[in-house]
Amino acid sequence: MLNFELLIPELILAGVAILVILLDLVLKNKWWLAAVSIAGIVVSAGFAIVMWGGDSESIFFGMMAVDNFAIFFKLLFLVIAALVILASTDYVSKLKRFQGEYYALVLISALGMMLMAATTELISIYIALELTSISLYILVGFLKDPKSTEASLKYLLLGAVASAVLLFGMALIFGFTGQTQLGDIAAAIQSMSLSGVLAAPGLIAGIVLIIAGFGFKIAAVPFHMWVPDVYEGAPTPVTAYLSVGSKAAGFAILLRVFFSAFGLPDWLSLDWGLVFAILAAIGMTVGNIIALTQTNIKRMLGYSSIAQAGYLMVGLATVGFVSPVLSDSSVFAGQSGLLFFLASYALTNLGAFTAIIAISGKVDSDLISDYAGMGKRAPLLALALTLCLISLIGMPPAAGFMAKFYIFSGAAQHGLLWLVIIAVINSVISAYYYLRVVKVMWLGKPASETKVPSSIALRVALALSCFGVLVMGIIPGFVMKLAEMAAKMFVS
Amino acid sequence: MDFNYLTTIIFLPAVGALLIAFLPRLSSRGIRWLAAVFTFIPLVLSIYLFTIFDRSAEMAGVMQFEESLSWIPAINANYHLGVDGLSLPLVILMAFLGFLVVLISWKIDLRPREYFAWLLLLETSILGVFCSLDLLLFFLFWEIEVIPMYFLISIWGTGRREYSAIKYVIYTLFGSAFMLAGILSLYFTTGSLNMVEIAQGGLGMIQTAMPAAAIFFLLLVGFAVKLPVFPLHTWLPDAHTDAPTAVSVVLAGALLKMGGYGMMRICVSIFPGVAQDYALPLIILAVISVLYGAAVTLRQTDLKRLIAYSSISHMGYVLLGVFALGQVSMTGAALQMFSHGVITGLLFAMAGLVMHNAGERDLRKLGGLARQMPIIVVVFSIAGVASLGLPTTSGFAAEFMVFVGSFSSTVVPGIQVATILGVLGIVITAGYILWMLQRVFYGPPLKQFDKAKDASILDRVYMFAFVAVIMGVGIYPAILTDIIKMGVAPIMGLLGG
Repeated sequence: MLNFELLIPELILAGVAILVILLDLVLKNKWWLAAVSIAGIVVSAGFAIVMWGGDSESIFFGMMAVDNFAIFFKLLFLVIAALVILASTDYVSKLKRFQGEYYALVLISALGMMLMAATTELISIYIALELTSISLYILVGFLKDPKSTEASLKYLLLGAVASAVLLFGMALIFGFTGQTQLGDIAAAIQSMSLSGVLAAPGLIAGIVLIIAGFGFKIAAVPFHMWVPDVYEGAPTPVTAYLSVGSKAAGFAILLRVFFSAFGLPDWLSLDWGLVFAILAAIGMTVGNIIALTQTNIKRMLGYSSIAQAGYLMVGLATVGFVSPVLSDSSVFAGQSGLLFFLASYALTNLGAFTAIIAISGKVDSDLISDYAGMGKRAPLLALALTLCLISLIGMPPAAGFMAKFYIFSGAAQHGLLWLVIIAVINSVISAYYYLRVVKVMWLGKPASETKVPSSIALRVALALSCFGVLVMGIIPGFVMKLAEMAAKMFVS
Repeated sequence: MDFNYLTTIIFLPAVGALLIAFLPRLSSRGIRWLAAVFTFIPLVLSIYLFTIFDRSAEMAGVMQFEESLSWIPAINANYHLGVDGLSLPLVILMAFLGFLVVLISWKIDLRPREYFAWLLLLETSILGVFCSLDLLLFFLFWEIEVIPMYFLISIWGTGRREYSAIKYVIYTLFGSAFMLAGILSLYFTTGSLNMVEIAQGGLGMIQTAMPAAAIFFLLLVGFAVKLPVFPLHTWLPDAHTDAPTAVSVVLAGALLKMGGYGMMRICVSIFPGVAQDYALPLIILAVISVLYGAAVTLRQTDLKRLIAYSSISHMGYVLLGVFALGQVSMTGAALQMFSHGVITGLLFAMAGLVMHNAGERDLRKLGGLARQMPIIVVVFSIAGVASLGLPTTSGFAAEFMVFVGSFSSTVVPGIQVATILGVLGIVITAGYILWMLQRVFYGPPLKQFDKAKDASILDRVYMFAFVAVIMGVGIYPAILTDIIKMGVAPIMGLLGG
């Protein structure tokens, strides 16, 4: 069955992207481009919300699923895209050409991410991934200065290698199971015996290669080499977009593939669960320790996002460790923890980057030392950035605290207490470098007394993210409920 | 149960903080008055709660003024507040100090808006810790406190303030990292975050392979950092020394008590068996804290650092009293927390006053101030002798109960030796307190301090409030011990004694 009506949010987004490019040719006032893009996102989100809570349905003959899980992510990507567009307006208005293309590319990559969250078949996964990636490669190079170009090229080359690795992994999976549908792959694997799989290790190799391919997307150590340079070189709004959008999409697809294709039998899920647990431990430790010495705030947040990917993988590891024999509600602790963490992380990081766009745009520097005295020059911006950094540490009353509590409680429940202890100690290490920025802002001597003004769009984006961070930190019940509903995706 | 007293007490300072932070066009005078009003009402309310607290025997161990709201249904967390005999004195203590530190900080003129906002937020978080009956809520308040402390020390502090502030943050977060792991394990083994329910359910609720002792120690690390217990104490002298006066008062007066309170409320109440098994090593640590803290104090030449180190020694008595696991010793420990809060609060306030008025804090350079500061010398001396436990002061009542209770405790073998060693700490305390008073106030008057002023009217107000509480509790300790006993009773029930 084709069921086109279930694809309305995506179709609207694609239509708006084309519309924005066309409007760019005729409109003189480029603010309309952003307005049209946001309007399109809102309409698309409206349709997605209407679909929430319905039965899981598959479209295009099983290539995609429309279930709560997919819709949760679609809404998340739409929110991210809207905030990124709001945060971009200042930046983009300085561009001489291609303003329409910028917004269109943001929309198209959001479209790719939405498709990634919905696909249930290897080939369409790959296509959705490439749709996202190629738009992002262009966006990273949008400034056309040497740093941005270098970042773009680096991202493109490493991304291509990662895609090749991923494709090779998929080919191996297909070769050993004869299927591309995730559900069919699961059935094929469950019919195999342990000794059969061990005798022909190609299947395991395929899984490992898939982890590596997606590991690149989510910036998991040791596939993180691109992160600092790309984050530093890319236009800051694009960096924000990369750090949350592309990461969330990577986690969405990892969750779906590993839970629905490799979730059973037990020995398999425990194995990849352990792999993720180890990657998580290495990722957060490496990310946090290197972040300690950074002097450029974008690079610092780059390493911090590597560390955050580590915390997120704690959720993936939990999914692998959950014994399917359990019947209580905690079976989905890993998934729902991961979803909640992603939502909280997205808002937090977007808030932080929006504040950075506002500040760096005026002081014309990304060096942490140039943030000195921001508490005086731009008290509200500094307060918002402080809140977001506190959320990244994982301290109340910000969303990051609840997210960590939620995701770690799932892990502790399913035999990963050792990982939780490593993770909480890592949070302590991270406090040091996040607070260093806070310290510079509030304690440092301002270089000048001039105020740092910010545009309305930036302020709206910042206010929305901070509001979300506070709400999710103080009364997280509603979002947790959504995450829980989304996590039960495949239960019939 | 119509009026939500506890919520009001906890959040009034936070409301005040928000008003101070965001109301436009507020003069620094207006800021101070706002801060004073929003800390005075919680103080009045908490004293009112103290008067209407039900002291009848059947209410022993029952939470009063309870409030419970579903907060996060997904993880079964509730907004659950309540006080019993253990927490009520500490709530009063914090509300008392919260109001007085506003008076102590009256002369702050560096960024007053931020200063008072952070100070009031700090009060909210500490009050929240003492009132929370839900583990997540408890932890949330516990963590919130770090941020105001960081700013207060690093902006308004002295000396190596930035270093001290970050050291404080890292130590606290390090401790709470373990505590979080402990709370999570407790949560998944019992399925509940309700402290009272878990304590009543006993260890029977812990069903998995996770040994209770492991959870106990994960939690204990968090509390031990805060109390502090040797060897996790090194943040304390730095933070105390470099913090502004008012923050030192709150830090020594109320913040450290979060550690002792957590040990009694969570560690001992939920794991009575484990506490019994491991009481001896903890008591040894307590004695080390007492003696080591006192010995190091003897060597200090900085006025504030000296008082800071004395806290380590005095908090050792709390640890001793708690893990002697006797009814009298625990009551004594709880009383010692209150008493030390007031006494050390006063000591820091006086030290701040001397520093402010004489412009010097090095004991080797101070001297002969008794002539210039006749009022300060009297009050400082009262605080000093209370600290070394002179009868008729609260320090005597509390420490006497700790020692008698520990000595007669039957739970831990060999405790008598530990108690006798602990009593030696008193002797050393007498040494450094008297030496300090003598260095600062006596001897020939020095010329450079000729212009040093005595306490102002405002200073006298809070000084006498402190002294009244110290003497009041010292002369009639039953005013507090009556309700503390009610809080200790259920723990004794769990220990079977």
